[in-house]
Amino acid sequence: MTDPQLGPGRRLRHFLTIDGLDRAMLTEILDTAESVREAAVQRVRKLPLLRGKTVINLFFEPSTRTRTTFELAAQRLSAEVVNLPLELSSAVKGESLLDTLSTLEAMHCDLFVVRHPLAGAAHFFAAHVPEGVSVLNAGDGAHAHPTQAMLDLFTIRRHRPDLENLTVAIVGDVLHSRVARSQIHALTAFGVREIRIVAPPPLIPAEIETLGVHVHHDLDRAIEGVDVVVMLRLQRERMHGPFLASEAEYFRCYGLTAERLGRARPDCLVMHPGPMNRGVEIESAVADGPQSVILEQVSNGLAIRMAVMMMTLGARA
Amino acid sequence: MKRKLAGARVIDPSQRLDEVTDVWIADGEVAAIGDPPDGFGTPDDEIDASGLWAAPGLVDLSARVAGRLGAETRAAAAGGFTSVCCPPDAEPVIDDTAALNNLLAAARREAMVRVLPIGALTQGLGGEGLADHDALCRAGCVALGNGSRPIADSKVMRSAMRYAASLGKTVFLLPADPWLSSGCAHDGRVATRLGLEGIPVAAETAGLARDLALIEDTGVKAHFCRLSSARAVAMLEAARAAGLEFTADVAMHQLFLTEQDISGFDARAHTRPPLRSTTDRDALIRAVAAGTVDAICSDHTPLGIDARLAPFAATEPGISAAETALALGLRLVQDGALTETRLIELLSTTPARVAGRPVGLEAGNPADLALIDPNAVWTCNPDDFESQGRNTPFEGWEFHGRVARTLVAGKTVFQRT
Repeated sequence: MTDPQLGPGRRLRHFLTIDGLDRAMLTEILDTAESVREAAVQRVRKLPLLRGKTVINLFFEPSTRTRTTFELAAQRLSAEVVNLPLELSSAVKGESLLDTLSTLEAMHCDLFVVRHPLAGAAHFFAAHVPEGVSVLNAGDGAHAHPTQAMLDLFTIRRHRPDLENLTVAIVGDVLHSRVARSQIHALTAFGVREIRIVAPPPLIPAEIETLGVHVHHDLDRAIEGVDVVVMLRLQRERMHGPFLASEAEYFRCYGLTAERLGRARPDCLVMHPGPMNRGVEIESAVADGPQSVILEQVSNGLAIRMAVMMMTLGARA
Repeated sequence: MKRKLAGARVIDPSQRLDEVTDVWIADGEVAAIGDPPDGFGTPDDEIDASGLWAAPGLVDLSARVAGRLGAETRAAAAGGFTSVCCPPDAEPVIDDTAALNNLLAAARREAMVRVLPIGALTQGLGGEGLADHDALCRAGCVALGNGSRPIADSKVMRSAMRYAASLGKTVFLLPADPWLSSGCAHDGRVATRLGLEGIPVAAETAGLARDLALIEDTGVKAHFCRLSSARAVAMLEAARAAGLEFTADVAMHQLFLTEQDISGFDARAHTRPPLRSTTDRDALIRAVAAGTVDAICSDHTPLGIDARLAPFAATEPGISAAETALALGLRLVQDGALTETRLIELLSTTPARVAGRPVGLEAGNPADLALIDPNAVWTCNPDDFESQGRNTPFEGWEFHGRVARTLVAGKTVFQRT
């Protein structure tokens, strides 16, 4: 099957998932992000690269930071941005996704940024947009959140360029996490030494080992010697019921405390895709501590999103 | 009306028959095979069937033909089926005699093949109040079932089985634990990669274990529908070895496709139960060959285009399968997995027995026949389907063997041009 993300000349046409993209393509994304990083963080400078282009943010799920960084990314590249928070609009009810898409297409935009609660939604849009229109996946169900994974990789690479020597632990609700899946594909593409998945058994997806990871249920042991620890957000609705007994139990067994972090390598990076549940998956002393790069992740998100917008719309820095 | 079907290879497992011979038909019934019966006289017409196989008409244990009976029973006829069981989860649900009588009346007007309704076990298939089994069976249901909706409450299931047992009717069961069945794909590597909620094999085996216990308890005649896993097959073997009696089928697509076929969110391969692993598929093939599984159904589910226009989890499961089932079965024969006789047993004579229909081509049985051209080479193109449902993952597959003509009660209901 051909990769629906790649256009003529194996150029990135859509950015839907890390799965299937090679290291060269991912490196190009990171390098492009590096080239615009300065512009990304300087508020006064706008790059004229996407002047005349229109970006539509199509968010079928609430989101603050992801939507905002996509919006800022488009603005920093001089594109027009339209935000459609569809979870608030009556169009969600009754109107099929395809009708929503056709209506929006009639507005002649160049790029859709899509977030949707169902896995495969971004692929679905990509399969139905006309030639010349790109789709960026801003998160689809538990499937993929590729820009998040790339900004995480970007953040890691800035601190630890020797990616192939790293051992990374991803801790928490992997079952429902699109971030974790995309991170696993990204880290695997760069050949990191070892990826450890740490979670209670009901939050581990079936046969996850086939993605090239090792499964652990004991954080104290799994964190030993790791270079990077990624804490995943625990959704409120998972905190009781069939998955977990209580927040307290979860924090006791899987929460990242300063004491636990002491078992990792001394220069271990602490990451979290946000928003954090302090005291549930991570202790404030760690979240705000010297090893935390959580705020860097947020600002790097801007550069990564600028990079994939440039690449899919064919702009060069 | 007297007809001679001349020179076909007649395959009828019920009579251990596989030879090139003639079939004599009078008044819609099989009069004789081989020589004409005494006093048959001159046939009104003769069908030259040389080079073709003549099999007893195929019997589909699950085909969703209600609603568009004309087109969907024409699709069944084009696939060699002469009788189709219509599951109760139709629109409207077959849970009272009004719905049933409407369906039967529509079948008399429009249907090209025999429509055998399965009555609902519970009202609205809700799994709570029992449907009126007695009335449904008197009015023409051949069996009782709850369609694709599992009955969660074991007390309700036990009661329903006891009623069905008292009526001597077979219950069709789709074993599934409802709480484990909320996903949309096999709980394995592909669902994990795609971020789709999984349906573990345990959804099927937990449901099966419960149902086996209740069959033993109630003594009901039971038929398991559309099994999907190697572990379910192993459980059936063990239950049979312990002396329990029942029958079971698989859907034809489960013998070919696996979880890999939904890669890239290909909703054409969205089925329920889900397509499972290669190990499961291979075990199912062995089970149909060895007899642990008694029958193969098409699980024909024609869907409109809109049912597919959504992200995977929001699409409706099902395959428009009536017109590819036999061709896929022939592929199993060509691959050496089944003999011709076993295939006809799986698609015709055993399902006929399960559905309470006359079995095979014995003299006196209705002359329901499928004439199969084993050498026809064709490529599956859903635009050529008789079915209104174009939803098939087999688009582009090349097949060897196809139905040339289908007869119901001696009349040609389908002929390929």
